[in-house]
Amino acid sequence: MTRGSDRGRAAVSCSNIWKQFRLPYDRPYTLKQRVLHPKRSHAARVLDALKDVSFDVEAGEFFGVIGRNGSGKSTLLKCLAGIYVPNQGDIGVAGRVSPFIELGVGFNPELTALDNVVVNAALLGIPAQDARRSFPEVMRFAELEEFENLKLKNYSSGMYVRLGFAAAIQARAEIYLVDEVLAVGDAQFQEKCFDTFRRLKRENRTVIYVTHDLATVERFCDRALLLERGEVMALGEPTDVIKVYRRRNLEEEQEAGLRPTTEEAARRWGDGSAEILDAWFETDDGTRQRVLLQGTTVTFKARIRFHSAMDDPVFGVIIKNEREDHVLVTNTLFDELRTGRFEAGDEIVYSASFELLFADGVHTASPAVAYQDAQRFADWQEDAVSMIVRGDRFSGGIVDLPHETLVERTAETEPRAPQARVSSGAE
Amino acid sequence: MAVYPEITPRELRPARHFFYVALALSRMEFKLRYFGSVLGYLWSFLRPFLLFGVLYVVFTKIVRAGAGVEHYPVLLLFGLVLFNFLADATMMGLPSLVSRESLLRKVSFPRASIPIAVTATAAANLGLGLVVVLLLALVNGVGARASWLLLFPLVLGVIVFAAALALLLSVLFVRYRDVQPVWDVALQFAFWATPIIYTIGFIPERYRQFVMLNPLAVAVEQGRHWLVGSEVPTAEAVMGSYAKLLLPAAVFVGVIALSVWTFRRRSASIAEEL
Repeated sequence: MTRGSDRGRAAVSCSNIWKQFRLPYDRPYTLKQRVLHPKRSHAARVLDALKDVSFDVEAGEFFGVIGRNGSGKSTLLKCLAGIYVPNQGDIGVAGRVSPFIELGVGFNPELTALDNVVVNAALLGIPAQDARRSFPEVMRFAELEEFENLKLKNYSSGMYVRLGFAAAIQARAEIYLVDEVLAVGDAQFQEKCFDTFRRLKRENRTVIYVTHDLATVERFCDRALLLERGEVMALGEPTDVIKVYRRRNLEEEQEAGLRPTTEEAARRWGDGSAEILDAWFETDDGTRQRVLLQGTTVTFKARIRFHSAMDDPVFGVIIKNEREDHVLVTNTLFDELRTGRFEAGDEIVYSASFELLFADGVHTASPAVAYQDAQRFADWQEDAVSMIVRGDRFSGGIVDLPHETLVERTAETEPRAPQARVSSGAE
Repeated sequence: MAVYPEITPRELRPARHFFYVALALSRMEFKLRYFGSVLGYLWSFLRPFLLFGVLYVVFTKIVRAGAGVEHYPVLLLFGLVLFNFLADATMMGLPSLVSRESLLRKVSFPRASIPIAVTATAAANLGLGLVVVLLLALVNGVGARASWLLLFPLVLGVIVFAAALALLLSVLFVRYRDVQPVWDVALQFAFWATPIIYTIGFIPERYRQFVMLNPLAVAVEQGRHWLVGSEVPTAEAVMGSYAKLLLPAAVFVGVIALSVWTFRRRSASIAEEL
């Protein structure tokens, strides 16, 4: 492995990287076990975390790395950072590497911001006196000037990441390795981080960004790499790479079929007068689906059996997205529907149809059967079933409403035809 | 748009990086251990002296082993301060890598700086302890003498020895978690096998050379000689010849070599093994 070698304009060049981890079945953690079972430690499974990974990143590129959990993204980043040593292959790095693998690494909650920033700086190779000198600037950047003398344990989590980011960015480098750091912190902070990275990019510095957040990859990255089980599946334009990623995910989801995940076998309450036997989503042709396309008509259905007689029970469902926003809430009481009397042993199917305008992502449905007053429940099944909404893009909204956008000149300029008109949304 | 702060790190040679990290970590360690509570520092500093009080009373008034020894309190305290340092550095050094797991898994920096920083923190305490030893010597009627200056290189040698042990133990502990209790027992043994509460004169002559295989025993013995003068024999006199001093010297060098070799071999994979 060569470090610091400059190969043309490539800031980072990886050729045929292999990284293996030995996962012992039964790790001899103690000397005694080691002595008693000298052979056992050889019974290890070898996991190929990276298989023959090759790619070059040019100086000044904002390079995204995507892939699911366990695909080898973080291992790759750690190899680039020098934390792991690849078993085979060559990593060439032109310039200093600054790892943002996690913000606030080495921070101690018992110490003040100054002490922590000095330690962090030392880890990045900055001597204490330099770090002390630039400390006011760090605090200004983190917008924490008033909290200099506060111990970190009294910081909010937002303040903590802001300080971590400011402390990490202070070490000048040519290559920045960023692992999902921007997932924490508020939107304003994230904007600031990206501003900083764009600025770095303009100075011909390189950012390698590992994330699950496809929207930011599409927005910021010049190129992207898709890893799957340690192999390079796609490399190139972010939009193309994301397309490959989505298609592969969709295929796997369909293979997984209707099997509920464990998280769906979740919380449930009620007195048991009625029981929700089954819940599912259907397309308009009446087939059960877990992956549904945006813009189609979708029906939520629940099969319910009564165990004792109920008068005018209320049926309802709440559909939530990944952020737990209640995207759709409906029940028969809203519709002032008198449902009538049901006897023990009766079985019904409750359904709610709607046009699927939900944004791309996983949604879960929680159906319920309540008494007339809608206060006491016979059965409430939290997250009984989930569905995956697939749109043609990730907007970041809760729903993708059909809409029209328009760009017009203001009155001072000659009245003319609109410059651009775009229709958008689910058709 | 806020301009981000930026420092260009000096050209980063591993030795320099190592030094910055070790310095920053030992400072942090010192602050955490001692500035949190004044009493906390006092207790930690006083520990060898309180132990000294107990041992002094036991061995001069009750067992009377030290009663006839000239300058016994000075010799006892010197031995205790040195041993306490070694125990402190190694017991803190041993889990130091494992307890900084998240740091090791997320940043690339010279790994040895962690156990070395712990040793440096303990060494700061040792420095203060030695000042007290010298004060006690003056009170006890030992005149200040030029040979006290020789204590500096001697103590430096002990610090290097402790650092080597801390390195070795810290990296072994990553793999073998029962190193800790084993080392605990080893330290107990070393406490009694080193001339701390007794002087080497109490050991039957034919065993003295075995006791002196331990570099710490040599350091304590020779240090006592330089501290109070000819009442205590030199290490050479105990061993019989300079040539025989090569044996503890070989142990000293051997431990350092083993620890450096082990650490270098393992340090690249520490992050994976944690």
